[in-house]
Amino acid sequence: MIQGREIINSEKFEIILRRLCHQIIEEYKDFSDTCIIGLQPRGSILSDCIVRLLRDEFKIQIDTYGKIDITFYRDDYRNRDTPLRASPTHMNFIVDGKKVLLIDDVLFTGRSVHAAIAALQDYGRPSNIELLAFIDRRFNREFPIQADFLGISVDALDEAYVKVKWNEALTSAQVFMFPQKPTV
Amino acid sequence: MKSMEVKLSSKHLLGIKDMSVEDIELIFHTTDNFKEVINRPVKKVPSLRDITVANLFFENSTRTRISFELAEKRLSADIINFSASSSSVSKGETLLDTVNNILSMKVDMIVMRHPAPGACAYLAKKINASILNAGDGTHEHPTQALLDAYSMIEKIGPLKGKKIAIIGDILHSRVALSNIFCLTKLGAKVRVCGPPTLIPRYIQSLGVEVSYNLEETLRWCDVANILRIQLERQDIKYIPSRREYAMYYGVNKKLIEKIGKDIVIMHPGPINRGVEITSDVADSRASIILQQVENGVAIRMAALFLLAAGINN
Repeated sequence: MIQGREIINSEKFEIILRRLCHQIIEEYKDFSDTCIIGLQPRGSILSDCIVRLLRDEFKIQIDTYGKIDITFYRDDYRNRDTPLRASPTHMNFIVDGKKVLLIDDVLFTGRSVHAAIAALQDYGRPSNIELLAFIDRRFNREFPIQADFLGISVDALDEAYVKVKWNEALTSAQVFMFPQKPTV
Repeated sequence: MKSMEVKLSSKHLLGIKDMSVEDIELIFHTTDNFKEVINRPVKKVPSLRDITVANLFFENSTRTRISFELAEKRLSADIINFSASSSSVSKGETLLDTVNNILSMKVDMIVMRHPAPGACAYLAKKINASILNAGDGTHEHPTQALLDAYSMIEKIGPLKGKKIAIIGDILHSRVALSNIFCLTKLGAKVRVCGPPTLIPRYIQSLGVEVSYNLEETLRWCDVANILRIQLERQDIKYIPSRREYAMYYGVNKKLIEKIGKDIVIMHPGPINRGVEITSDVADSRASIILQQVENGVAIRMAALFLLAAGINN
Protein backbone atom coordinates (compact mmCIF):
# COMPACT_ATOMS: atom_id res chain seq x y z
CA MET A 1 0.00 0.00 0.00
CA ILE A 2 1.43 3.36 -1.04
CA GLN A 3 1.76 5.84 1.82
CA GLY A 4 -0.17 9.07 1.40
CA ARG A 5 1.00 12.46 2.66
CA GLU A 6 -1.41 14.40 4.86
CA ILE A 7 -1.93 17.82 3.32
CA ILE A 8 -4.78 18.98 5.58
CA ASN A 9 -5.38 17.82 9.14
CA SER A 10 -8.83 17.66 10.68
CA GLU A 11 -8.37 20.90 12.63
CA LYS A 12 -7.60 22.88 9.50
CA PHE A 13 -10.35 21.02 7.63
CA GLU A 14 -12.96 22.26 10.08
CA ILE A 15 -11.67 25.85 9.86
CA ILE A 16 -11.93 25.76 6.07
CA LEU A 17 -15.39 24.20 6.28
CA ARG A 18 -16.66 27.05 8.44
CA ARG A 19 -15.03 29.61 6.18
CA LEU A 20 -16.88 28.08 3.22
CA CYS A 21 -20.14 28.24 5.18
CA HIS A 22 -19.60 31.94 5.85
CA GLN A 23 -18.84 32.58 2.20
CA ILE A 24 -21.99 30.90 0.96
CA ILE A 25 -24.12 32.63 3.62
CA GLU A 26 -22.68 35.94 2.40
CA GLU A 27 -23.70 35.04 -1.13
CA TYR A 28 -27.06 33.32 -0.62
CA LYS A 29 -28.27 35.03 2.60
CA ASP A 30 -31.30 33.02 3.82
CA PHE A 31 -31.13 30.39 1.03
CA SER A 32 -34.84 30.90 0.30
CA ASP A 33 -34.40 30.66 -3.48
CA THR A 34 -31.34 28.40 -3.43
CA CYS A 35 -31.04 24.65 -3.85
CA ILE A 36 -28.02 22.89 -2.38
CA ILE A 37 -27.07 19.76 -4.30
CA GLY A 38 -24.27 17.34 -3.43
CA LEU A 39 -22.62 15.12 -6.01
CA GLN A 40 -22.91 11.43 -5.18
CA PRO A 41 -21.18 9.61 -3.68
CA ARG A 42 -18.33 11.61 -2.13
CA GLY A 43 -19.44 15.19 -2.69
CA SER A 44 -22.64 14.45 -0.82
CA ILE A 45 -20.72 13.60 2.37
CA LEU A 46 -19.31 17.13 2.22
CA SER A 47 -22.70 18.62 1.39
CA ASP A 48 -24.29 16.74 4.33
CA CYS A 49 -21.64 18.25 6.55
CA ILE A 50 -22.16 21.79 5.23
CA VAL A 51 -25.96 21.58 5.43
CA ARG A 52 -25.72 20.28 8.98
CA LEU A 53 -23.48 23.22 9.96
CA LEU A 54 -25.79 25.74 8.26
CA ARG A 55 -28.79 24.33 10.10
CA ASP A 56 -27.28 23.66 13.53
CA GLU A 57 -24.62 26.34 13.98
CA PHE A 58 -25.89 29.12 11.76
CA LYS A 59 -29.62 28.40 12.34
CA ILE A 60 -30.47 28.71 8.67
CA GLN A 61 -33.46 26.87 7.30
CA ILE A 62 -32.48 24.78 4.28
CA ASP A 63 -35.58 23.42 2.52
CA THR A 64 -34.27 22.36 -0.85
CA TYR A 65 -31.34 20.04 -0.36
CA GLY A 66 -30.70 17.12 -2.71
CA LYS A 67 -28.09 14.67 -3.88
CA ILE A 68 -27.49 13.86 -7.51
CA ASP A 69 -25.77 10.86 -9.07
CA ILE A 70 -24.06 11.40 -12.40
CA THR A 71 -23.14 7.83 -13.38
CA PHE A 72 -25.68 7.79 -16.22
CA TYR A 73 -24.43 11.15 -17.51
CA ARG A 74 -20.70 10.42 -17.62
CA ASP A 75 -19.07 10.58 -21.03
CA ASP A 76 -16.44 8.04 -20.04
CA TYR A 77 -18.42 5.25 -18.40
CA ARG A 78 -17.73 2.80 -21.21
CA ASN A 79 -14.08 3.75 -21.63
CA ARG A 80 -13.07 3.02 -18.06
CA ASP A 81 -11.65 -0.38 -17.16
CA THR A 82 -14.84 -1.01 -15.22
CA PRO A 83 -17.98 1.12 -15.02
CA LEU A 84 -18.84 2.86 -11.79
CA ARG A 85 -21.64 1.54 -9.63
CA ALA A 86 -24.48 4.06 -9.58
CA SER A 87 -25.53 5.73 -6.32
CA PRO A 88 -29.06 6.87 -5.46
CA THR A 89 -30.30 10.29 -6.52
CA HIS A 90 -32.40 12.14 -3.95
CA MET A 91 -34.11 15.07 -5.62
CA ASN A 92 -37.65 15.75 -4.47
CA PHE A 93 -37.83 19.23 -5.99
CA ILE A 94 -37.25 20.87 -9.35
CA VAL A 95 -34.67 23.59 -9.85
CA ASP A 96 -36.66 25.72 -12.30
CA GLY A 97 -35.84 29.40 -11.77
CA LYS A 98 -33.80 28.66 -8.63
CA LYS A 99 -30.15 29.28 -7.80
CA VAL A 100 -28.20 26.07 -7.46
CA LEU A 101 -25.11 25.47 -5.36
CA LEU A 102 -23.36 22.28 -6.47
CA ILE A 103 -21.03 20.73 -3.93
CA ASP A 104 -18.21 18.29 -4.66
CA ASP A 105 -15.17 17.31 -2.62
CA VAL A 106 -12.44 17.33 -5.27
CA LEU A 107 -12.50 19.32 -8.52
CA PHE A 108 -10.15 17.45 -10.83
CA THR A 109 -10.72 17.23 -14.61
CA GLY A 110 -14.09 19.01 -14.47
CA ARG A 111 -15.86 16.10 -16.19
CA SER A 112 -17.95 15.17 -13.14
CA VAL A 113 -19.15 18.74 -12.76
CA HIS A 114 -19.90 18.92 -16.48
CA ALA A 115 -21.98 15.73 -16.16
CA ALA A 116 -23.69 17.14 -13.07
CA ILE A 117 -24.70 20.29 -14.96
CA ALA A 118 -26.21 18.09 -17.69
CA ALA A 119 -28.02 16.00 -15.07
CA LEU A 120 -29.35 19.09 -13.30
CA GLN A 121 -31.02 20.34 -16.44
CA ASP A 122 -33.30 17.29 -16.30
CA TYR A 123 -34.79 18.86 -13.17
CA GLY A 124 -35.68 22.19 -14.76
CA ARG A 125 -33.89 25.36 -15.87
CA PRO A 126 -31.99 26.86 -12.94
CA SER A 127 -31.44 30.64 -12.90
CA ASN A 128 -27.76 30.04 -12.20
CA ILE A 129 -25.42 27.29 -11.01
CA GLU A 130 -22.39 27.82 -8.79
CA LEU A 131 -19.84 25.31 -7.63
CA LEU A 132 -18.30 24.71 -4.23
CA ALA A 133 -15.30 22.39 -4.18
CA PHE A 134 -13.21 21.65 -1.13
CA ILE A 135 -10.10 20.84 -3.15
CA ASP A 136 -9.18 22.31 -6.50
CA ARG A 137 -6.56 20.39 -8.48
CA ARG A 138 -6.10 23.42 -10.67
CA PHE A 139 -3.44 22.06 -13.05
CA ASN A 140 -5.39 18.94 -14.04
CA ARG A 141 -8.46 20.46 -15.68
CA GLU A 142 -9.78 19.06 -18.98
CA PHE A 143 -12.93 21.23 -19.17
CA PRO A 144 -13.22 25.01 -18.66
CA ILE A 145 -14.84 24.71 -15.23
CA GLN A 146 -13.87 26.64 -12.10
CA ALA A 147 -15.11 26.60 -8.52
CA ASP A 148 -16.93 29.69 -7.17
CA PHE A 149 -16.27 28.70 -3.56
CA LEU A 150 -13.01 26.98 -2.89
CA GLY A 151 -11.44 25.25 0.11
CA ILE A 152 -7.84 24.91 -0.99
CA SER A 153 -5.89 24.59 -4.22
CA VAL A 154 -3.59 21.62 -4.65
CA ASP A 155 -0.90 21.43 -7.29
CA ALA A 156 -0.40 17.83 -8.29
CA LEU A 157 0.71 15.72 -11.23
CA ASP A 158 -1.99 14.05 -13.35
CA GLU A 159 -1.30 10.60 -11.91
CA ALA A 160 -1.41 11.78 -8.30
CA TYR A 161 -4.48 11.00 -6.21
CA VAL A 162 -6.05 13.33 -3.66
CA LYS A 163 -8.40 11.73 -1.16
CA VAL A 164 -10.66 13.25 1.48
CA LYS A 165 -10.73 10.75 4.32
CA TRP A 166 -13.72 11.30 6.60
CA ASN A 167 -13.93 10.36 10.26
CA GLU A 168 -16.51 7.77 11.28
CA ALA A 169 -19.16 10.29 12.26
CA LEU A 170 -18.62 12.06 8.90
CA THR A 171 -18.17 15.38 10.70
CA SER A 172 -14.52 16.06 9.91
CA ALA A 173 -11.85 14.83 7.55
CA GLN A 174 -8.20 14.81 6.64
CA VAL A 175 -6.91 15.26 3.12
CA PHE A 176 -4.18 12.97 1.80
CA MET A 177 -2.18 13.06 -1.39
CA PHE A 178 -0.84 9.85 -2.96
CA PRO A 179 1.75 9.71 -5.76
CA GLN A 180 -0.72 7.51 -7.64
CA LYS A 181 -4.19 6.06 -7.14
CA PRO A 182 -4.08 3.26 -4.56
CA THR A 183 -5.30 -0.06 -5.91
CA VAL A 184 -7.47 -0.83 -2.85
CA MET B 1 -20.22 4.70 1.05
CA LYS B 2 -17.46 3.35 -1.14
CA SER B 3 -18.11 3.59 -4.86
CA MET B 4 -17.50 0.05 -6.09
CA GLU B 5 -16.29 -0.60 -9.58
CA VAL B 6 -18.33 -3.40 -11.10
CA LYS B 7 -19.55 -4.85 -14.34
CA LEU B 8 -21.44 -7.87 -15.63
CA SER B 9 -19.41 -11.01 -16.08
CA SER B 10 -20.85 -11.69 -19.54
CA LYS B 11 -21.03 -9.73 -22.77
CA HIS B 12 -24.53 -11.07 -23.49
CA LEU B 13 -27.71 -11.66 -21.53
CA LEU B 14 -28.87 -14.96 -22.97
CA GLY B 15 -30.53 -16.58 -19.99
CA ILE B 16 -30.62 -16.70 -16.21
CA LYS B 17 -29.25 -20.24 -16.03
CA ASP B 18 -25.62 -19.19 -16.43
CA MET B 19 -25.87 -15.88 -14.57
CA SER B 20 -24.19 -15.40 -11.23
CA VAL B 21 -26.06 -14.10 -8.18
CA GLU B 22 -23.65 -11.12 -8.19
CA ASP B 23 -24.73 -10.24 -11.73
CA ILE B 24 -28.40 -10.46 -10.77
CA GLU B 25 -27.81 -8.25 -7.74
CA LEU B 26 -25.86 -5.74 -9.81
CA ILE B 27 -28.78 -5.49 -12.24
CA PHE B 28 -31.20 -4.99 -9.32
CA HIS B 29 -28.97 -2.31 -7.78
CA THR B 30 -28.78 -0.45 -11.09
CA THR B 31 -32.55 -0.85 -11.55
CA ASP B 32 -33.13 1.03 -8.27
CA ASN B 33 -31.37 4.02 -9.81
CA PHE B 34 -33.25 3.78 -13.10
CA LYS B 35 -36.59 3.63 -11.25
CA GLU B 36 -35.75 7.06 -9.91
CA VAL B 37 -34.95 8.24 -13.46
CA ILE B 38 -38.27 7.05 -14.94
CA ASN B 39 -40.27 8.71 -12.19
CA ARG B 40 -38.97 12.23 -12.63
CA PRO B 41 -39.99 15.08 -14.96
CA VAL B 42 -37.34 14.36 -17.63
CA LYS B 43 -37.22 10.58 -17.87
CA LYS B 44 -34.14 10.37 -20.01
CA VAL B 45 -30.38 10.02 -19.51
CA PRO B 46 -27.69 10.27 -22.18
CA SER B 47 -25.75 7.07 -21.32
CA LEU B 48 -26.22 5.21 -24.63
CA ARG B 49 -26.16 8.21 -26.96
CA ASP B 50 -23.42 6.63 -29.09
CA ILE B 51 -24.97 3.15 -29.15
CA THR B 52 -27.28 1.70 -31.79
CA VAL B 53 -29.63 -1.07 -30.78
CA ALA B 54 -31.52 -3.35 -33.17
CA ASN B 55 -34.75 -4.84 -31.90
CA LEU B 56 -35.26 -8.05 -33.86
CA PHE B 57 -38.65 -9.57 -33.21
CA PHE B 58 -39.18 -12.80 -35.09
CA GLU B 59 -42.24 -13.48 -32.97
CA ASN B 60 -45.20 -11.35 -31.90
CA SER B 61 -44.78 -9.17 -28.86
CA THR B 62 -46.45 -6.06 -27.48
CA ARG B 63 -45.34 -5.58 -23.91
CA THR B 64 -41.72 -6.73 -24.20
CA ARG B 65 -41.10 -4.85 -27.45
CA ILE B 66 -42.57 -1.60 -26.17
CA SER B 67 -40.75 -2.01 -22.87
CA PHE B 68 -37.38 -2.54 -24.56
CA GLU B 69 -38.00 0.29 -27.00
CA LEU B 70 -38.91 2.66 -24.19
CA ALA B 71 -35.88 1.57 -22.15
CA GLU B 72 -33.60 2.21 -25.14
CA LYS B 73 -35.15 5.62 -25.79
CA ARG B 74 -34.86 6.59 -22.12
CA LEU B 75 -31.13 5.76 -22.40
CA SER B 76 -30.82 7.91 -25.57
CA ALA B 77 -29.80 4.99 -27.82
CA ASP B 78 -30.49 4.98 -31.56
CA ILE B 79 -32.97 2.27 -32.42
CA ILE B 80 -33.90 0.20 -35.43
CA ASN B 81 -36.93 -2.03 -35.26
CA PHE B 82 -37.40 -5.17 -37.22
CA SER B 83 -40.28 -7.58 -37.27
CA ALA B 84 -40.14 -10.84 -39.17
CA SER B 85 -43.55 -10.52 -40.81
CA SER B 86 -42.54 -7.45 -42.84
CA SER B 87 -38.98 -8.47 -43.72
CA SER B 88 -36.87 -10.54 -46.07
CA VAL B 89 -37.18 -13.48 -43.69
CA SER B 90 -40.40 -14.24 -45.49
CA LYS B 91 -38.31 -14.36 -48.70
CA GLY B 92 -36.17 -17.15 -47.29
CA GLU B 93 -33.19 -15.32 -45.76
CA THR B 94 -31.44 -17.17 -42.91
CA LEU B 95 -31.21 -15.74 -39.38
CA LEU B 96 -27.45 -15.31 -39.62
CA ASP B 97 -27.67 -13.50 -42.97
CA THR B 98 -30.40 -11.20 -41.69
CA VAL B 99 -28.43 -10.32 -38.58
CA ASN B 100 -25.11 -9.90 -40.39
CA ASN B 101 -26.76 -7.51 -42.83
CA ILE B 102 -28.10 -5.46 -39.95
CA LEU B 103 -24.75 -5.51 -38.15
CA SER B 104 -22.90 -4.26 -41.22
CA MET B 105 -24.88 -1.06 -40.68
CA LYS B 106 -22.84 -0.61 -37.46
CA VAL B 107 -25.23 -1.84 -34.84
CA ASP B 108 -23.76 -2.35 -31.35
CA MET B 109 -26.44 -4.35 -29.55
CA ILE B 110 -29.17 -6.75 -30.52
CA VAL B 111 -32.37 -7.39 -28.61
CA MET B 112 -33.91 -10.51 -30.09
CA ARG B 113 -37.06 -12.55 -29.72
CA HIS B 114 -37.19 -15.73 -31.74
CA PRO B 115 -39.46 -18.81 -31.78
CA ALA B 116 -36.51 -21.22 -31.79
CA PRO B 117 -35.00 -22.12 -28.37
CA GLY B 118 -31.29 -21.31 -28.37
CA ALA B 119 -31.46 -18.82 -31.27
CA CYS B 120 -29.76 -16.10 -29.19
CA ALA B 121 -27.01 -18.44 -27.98
CA TYR B 122 -26.40 -19.50 -31.59
CA LEU B 123 -26.05 -15.88 -32.70
CA ALA B 124 -23.79 -15.04 -29.76
CA LYS B 125 -21.28 -17.59 -31.07
CA LYS B 126 -21.37 -16.19 -34.60
CA ILE B 127 -21.36 -12.44 -34.23
CA ASN B 128 -19.63 -9.67 -32.34
CA ALA B 129 -22.47 -7.52 -31.00
CA SER B 130 -23.91 -7.83 -27.48
CA ILE B 131 -27.10 -9.89 -27.51
CA LEU B 132 -30.01 -9.53 -25.16
CA ASN B 133 -32.51 -12.38 -25.21
CA ALA B 134 -36.09 -11.09 -25.26
CA GLY B 135 -37.50 -14.62 -25.33
CA ASP B 136 -36.35 -17.63 -27.35
CA GLY B 137 -39.14 -20.12 -27.93
CA THR B 138 -39.91 -22.20 -24.85
CA HIS B 139 -36.39 -21.69 -23.47
CA GLU B 140 -35.72 -18.47 -21.52
CA HIS B 141 -36.98 -14.92 -21.07
CA PRO B 142 -34.35 -13.48 -18.73
CA THR B 143 -35.52 -9.88 -18.41
CA GLN B 144 -39.02 -11.07 -17.47
CA ALA B 145 -37.62 -13.27 -14.70
CA LEU B 146 -35.46 -10.40 -13.46
CA LEU B 147 -38.37 -7.99 -13.35
CA ASP B 148 -40.56 -10.61 -11.65
CA ALA B 149 -37.96 -11.24 -8.95
CA TYR B 150 -37.31 -7.49 -8.56
CA SER B 151 -41.05 -6.82 -8.17
CA MET B 152 -41.33 -9.60 -5.57
CA ILE B 153 -38.41 -8.21 -3.55
CA GLU B 154 -39.95 -4.74 -3.73
CA LYS B 155 -43.20 -6.15 -2.30
CA ILE B 156 -42.07 -8.74 0.26
CA GLY B 157 -38.35 -8.15 0.82
CA PRO B 158 -35.42 -10.54 0.23
CA LEU B 159 -36.54 -13.83 -1.31
CA LYS B 160 -34.41 -16.19 0.75
CA GLY B 161 -36.79 -18.78 2.22
CA LYS B 162 -39.88 -17.19 0.64
CA LYS B 163 -42.39 -19.51 -1.04
CA ILE B 164 -43.14 -18.75 -4.66
CA ALA B 165 -45.68 -20.68 -6.74
CA ILE B 166 -45.59 -20.66 -10.53
CA ILE B 167 -49.00 -21.69 -11.75
CA GLY B 168 -50.22 -22.72 -15.21
CA ASP B 169 -48.62 -23.82 -18.47
CA ILE B 170 -45.11 -24.66 -17.26
CA LEU B 171 -44.33 -26.85 -20.26
CA HIS B 172 -44.45 -24.09 -22.87
CA SER B 173 -43.38 -21.19 -20.70
CA ARG B 174 -39.97 -19.55 -21.04
CA VAL B 175 -41.06 -17.24 -18.24
CA ALA B 176 -41.47 -20.25 -15.93
CA LEU B 177 -38.02 -21.62 -16.73
CA SER B 178 -36.24 -18.28 -16.30
CA ASN B 179 -38.25 -17.64 -13.11
CA ILE B 180 -37.21 -21.01 -11.68
CA PHE B 181 -33.52 -20.31 -12.37
CA CYS B 182 -33.69 -16.77 -10.99
CA LEU B 183 -35.76 -17.49 -7.87
CA THR B 184 -33.79 -20.57 -6.82
CA LYS B 185 -30.52 -18.66 -7.25
CA LEU B 186 -31.92 -15.99 -4.91
CA GLY B 187 -32.76 -18.63 -2.30
CA ALA B 188 -36.54 -18.84 -2.70
CA LYS B 189 -38.52 -22.07 -2.42
CA VAL B 190 -40.26 -22.63 -5.73
CA ARG B 191 -43.23 -24.81 -6.51
CA VAL B 192 -44.82 -25.30 -9.92
CA CYS B 193 -48.50 -26.11 -10.16
CA GLY B 194 -50.70 -26.98 -13.11
CA PRO B 195 -52.36 -29.87 -14.93
CA PRO B 196 -50.02 -32.91 -15.22
CA THR B 197 -49.96 -32.60 -19.02
CA LEU B 198 -48.51 -29.07 -18.77
CA ILE B 199 -45.77 -29.83 -16.25
CA PRO B 200 -42.60 -31.23 -17.84
CA ARG B 201 -41.23 -34.50 -16.51
CA TYR B 202 -38.06 -34.28 -14.42
CA ILE B 203 -38.69 -30.60 -13.60
CA GLN B 204 -37.89 -31.52 -9.96
CA SER B 205 -34.27 -31.79 -11.06
CA LEU B 206 -34.22 -27.97 -11.22
CA GLY B 207 -34.83 -27.88 -7.46
CA VAL B 208 -38.56 -27.17 -7.50
CA GLU B 209 -41.57 -28.91 -5.97
CA VAL B 210 -44.49 -30.05 -8.10
CA SER B 211 -48.14 -29.92 -7.18
CA TYR B 212 -51.29 -30.58 -9.17
CA ASN B 213 -53.54 -29.06 -6.51
CA LEU B 214 -54.15 -25.33 -6.88
CA GLU B 215 -55.85 -24.71 -3.55
CA GLU B 216 -53.14 -26.47 -1.59
CA THR B 217 -50.45 -24.56 -3.51
CA LEU B 218 -52.09 -21.21 -2.81
CA ARG B 219 -52.26 -22.08 0.91
CA TRP B 220 -48.51 -22.81 0.78
CA CYS B 221 -47.19 -19.81 -1.11
CA ASP B 222 -46.37 -16.14 -0.37
CA VAL B 223 -46.42 -15.16 -4.03
CA ALA B 224 -48.40 -16.68 -6.90
CA ASN B 225 -47.02 -16.03 -10.37
CA ILE B 226 -49.83 -17.06 -12.69
CA LEU B 227 -49.01 -17.90 -16.29
CA ARG B 228 -51.05 -17.89 -19.47
CA ILE B 229 -52.10 -21.03 -21.31
CA GLN B 230 -50.03 -20.79 -24.47
CA LEU B 231 -52.47 -22.21 -26.99
CA GLU B 232 -50.33 -20.97 -29.89
CA ARG B 233 -47.50 -23.29 -28.87
CA GLN B 234 -49.70 -26.33 -28.33
CA ASP B 235 -49.65 -28.68 -31.29
CA ILE B 236 -51.82 -31.24 -29.52
CA LYS B 237 -54.58 -30.91 -26.94
CA TYR B 238 -53.03 -30.72 -23.48
CA ILE B 239 -56.23 -29.61 -21.77
CA PRO B 240 -59.82 -30.63 -22.61
CA SER B 241 -61.08 -27.04 -22.78
CA ARG B 242 -60.37 -23.55 -21.47
CA ARG B 243 -63.53 -23.80 -19.38
CA GLU B 244 -62.33 -26.94 -17.66
CA TYR B 245 -58.89 -25.39 -17.11
CA ALA B 246 -60.52 -22.34 -15.51
CA MET B 247 -62.52 -24.64 -13.21
CA TYR B 248 -59.51 -26.52 -11.88
CA TYR B 249 -56.60 -24.10 -12.28
CA GLY B 250 -58.19 -20.65 -12.59
CA VAL B 251 -57.43 -18.33 -9.67
CA ASN B 252 -60.63 -16.57 -8.62
CA LYS B 253 -61.80 -14.37 -5.78
CA LYS B 254 -63.79 -17.12 -4.09
CA LEU B 255 -60.70 -19.31 -3.84
CA ILE B 256 -58.52 -16.47 -2.51
CA GLU B 257 -61.15 -15.58 0.11
CA LYS B 258 -61.49 -19.22 1.14
CA ILE B 259 -57.75 -19.42 1.79
CA GLY B 260 -57.92 -16.21 3.81
CA LYS B 261 -54.26 -15.21 3.61
CA ASP B 262 -52.39 -12.44 1.85
CA ILE B 263 -50.84 -13.71 -1.35
CA VAL B 264 -49.07 -11.44 -3.83
CA ILE B 265 -50.61 -12.00 -7.27
CA MET B 266 -48.43 -11.69 -10.36
CA HIS B 267 -48.90 -12.33 -14.07
CA PRO B 268 -46.39 -11.67 -16.85
CA GLY B 269 -49.18 -10.88 -19.35
CA PRO B 270 -50.97 -11.03 -21.64
CA ILE B 271 -53.83 -12.04 -19.35
CA ASN B 272 -56.62 -14.32 -20.50
CA ARG B 273 -59.21 -12.91 -18.13
CA GLY B 274 -61.57 -15.58 -16.88
CA VAL B 275 -59.22 -18.42 -17.82
CA GLU B 276 -56.10 -18.56 -15.60
CA ILE B 277 -57.17 -15.56 -13.49
CA THR B 278 -60.43 -13.69 -13.01
CA SER B 279 -60.68 -9.90 -13.28
CA ASP B 280 -61.53 -9.43 -9.61
CA VAL B 281 -58.20 -11.07 -8.66
CA ALA B 282 -56.10 -9.49 -11.43
CA ASP B 283 -57.35 -6.02 -10.49
CA SER B 284 -57.33 -6.56 -6.72
CA ARG B 285 -55.04 -4.82 -4.22
CA ALA B 286 -53.00 -7.99 -3.87
CA SER B 287 -52.07 -7.83 -7.55
CA ILE B 288 -48.77 -6.19 -8.60
CA ILE B 289 -49.27 -6.85 -12.32
CA LEU B 290 -48.95 -3.18 -13.30
CA GLN B 291 -45.91 -2.67 -11.06
CA GLN B 292 -44.33 -5.55 -12.97
CA VAL B 293 -44.80 -3.62 -16.21
CA GLU B 294 -43.31 -0.44 -14.72
CA ASN B 295 -40.35 -2.33 -13.29
CA GLY B 296 -39.87 -3.98 -16.70
CA VAL B 297 -38.67 -0.71 -18.23
CA ALA B 298 -36.23 -0.03 -15.38
CA ILE B 299 -34.87 -3.62 -15.43
CA ARG B 300 -34.30 -3.42 -19.19
CA MET B 301 -32.60 -0.03 -18.85
CA ALA B 302 -30.26 -1.55 -16.26
CA ALA B 303 -29.51 -4.59 -18.45
CA LEU B 304 -28.85 -2.46 -21.54
CA PHE B 305 -26.74 0.02 -19.57
CA LEU B 306 -24.58 -2.67 -17.98
CA LEU B 307 -24.14 -4.62 -21.23
CA ALA B 308 -23.25 -1.43 -23.10
CA ALA B 309 -20.48 -0.84 -20.55
CA GLY B 310 -18.62 -3.72 -22.19
CA ILE B 311 -18.70 -2.19 -25.69
CA ASN B 312 -15.59 -0.37 -26.84
CA ASN B 313 -16.08 1.91 -29.78
